Amino acid sequence: MHSKGLVPLAWASAVTLTVAFALVFFYAPLDADQGFVQKIFYVHVPMAIVALGGFVAGGIMAIMHLRSGDRSWDMRSYVAIHLSIILGFGVLATGAIWARASWGHWWVWDEPVLVSFLVVVLLYCVYYPLRFSIEDPDRQARYSSVFAIAAGAFVPLNFIAVRLAEAYTHPRVLSQTGGSLPGEMRLTFLVALLGMTLLFVTLWKLELTAKNASMQLKKLRTRARVAA
Amino acid sequence: MPALPLDEAGKYVAGAYVVFVALILVYVAIIGAKIARIGREIGELAAEDDE
Amino acid sequence: MIAAARAIARKDLRIEWRTKESVPAMTLFTITVYVLFHFGLDRDSLDGELASGVLWVTVLLAAVIGVSRLFAAEREQGGIEGLLLAPVDRTALFVAKAAVLFLYLCVVELVAVPAFALLLLGPGLGGAFPELLAILLLGNLGIAAVGALVSALAAETRARELIVPLLLLPLLVPLLISCAQATEPLLRQDAGPEDLARWLGLLTLYDVVFVLVSVAVFDFLLED
Repeated sequence: MHSKGLVPLAWASAVTLTVAFALVFFYAPLDADQGFVQKIFYVHVPMAIVALGGFVAGGIMAIMHLRSGDRSWDMRSYVAIHLSIILGFGVLATGAIWARASWGHWWVWDEPVLVSFLVVVLLYCVYYPLRFSIEDPDRQARYSSVFAIAAGAFVPLNFIAVRLAEAYTHPRVLSQTGGSLPGEMRLTFLVALLGMTLLFVTLWKLELTAKNASMQLKKLRTRARVAA
Repeated sequence: MPALPLDEAGKYVAGAYVVFVALILVYVAIIGAKIARIGREIGELAAEDDE
Repeated sequence: MIAAARAIARKDLRIEWRTKESVPAMTLFTITVYVLFHFGLDRDSLDGELASGVLWVTVLLAAVIGVSRLFAAEREQGGIEGLLLAPVDRTALFVAKAAVLFLYLCVVELVAVPAFALLLLGPGLGGAFPELLAILLLGNLGIAAVGALVSALAAETRARELIVPLLLLPLLVPLLISCAQATEPLLRQDAGPEDLARWLGLLTLYDVVFVLVSVAVFDFLLED
């Protein structure tokens, strides 16, 4: 039942992430201002980037669905968005931990990544009630795709707007989100980002496999019942 | 050289990484359960088929 | 397409003129919210950022009411099937609904903005024009486009009243940011536009993106 490539992908993710963690704790130098706390950045920011990518990918897959009418695209879009929402919560959680560790508060408004994610997660949480309140499967897929496209277009706009707004109210050098990283930090960050991306793709494939198997099973079931 | 002081900062960093790993584990557990259920139901279907 | 859009819009406006269901409610709502803000913030007069924020948040909340009711006429009288059977381009439907919502917002603001100046604004509105007008018009355009899209998305779901605000408000955050930031320097004691180009630019980008997206996807909604 494993789709092709799933096992090697899983191994690649595991290895890359392990290497990344090792680099974080044994190779990357301590940050001058933030000290040890800055290490959170290697998990917080890659999660954010991959989640944002996931939302946009979900939008693109939704476009494919609407253009081709092939519902498997909608399934792919759904899983991508679903995973990105989970990652989004992770971003908020790790961001809050970072905020607490750095500035003593569990929330700060002058971190544009964190603030954009709050809005994005709030928006995408509505995906579930919207999707599951429509019973007709064809319509459900179509409306979900429309949402995925509108929300996917929204994500970059939102990020820009929040970034611009924060630059005004809280002028600060945005050094945390990697303005200019020294070599070792950059390498570590890139490896972490790669690991996170591989992980996302692995989990995406995994969930898709499970969903497809479940659907096939349902089909077989009804066929068996009819035949009986 | 390892940077693992288990002081104030260490708690938070550990917390963040634990969140991350926990998310993965919970997610994989859920999918694993789903796959197990599918496997079981295939078994049932196969058994019905044999009758 | 334009003719069809105009026909649909005219029908909606005629119904609104007769029943007066949306616009008076939206207008009344804005005044009520001003009163709430007065008590909630415990302030007699606002200026600058607070004024800008209160004004725009109120407009957005009133928009939620308008958006919820945008397809109400079709739903209640079963008009949607009729519309869809006729060889009408879905885009015409979008343009019509967005235009109607745009007009509603303009009318509401004709009352709500002076009311705001009367009730809560410290410095007068004098220094705010004509820039405020541009911001209001561009803002209404964005709200109208996104509002029509969200209204159609939520039209078929059972939990419509809940989904509309939950979808509409986060989607409008970039618009809120642009409008509030643009309006803020206009409502200060020493009023004068600041960075208007930047915020109007972002607002225009937002409007363009969402008009394009909505027009592109509207065909897939309200099908049967």
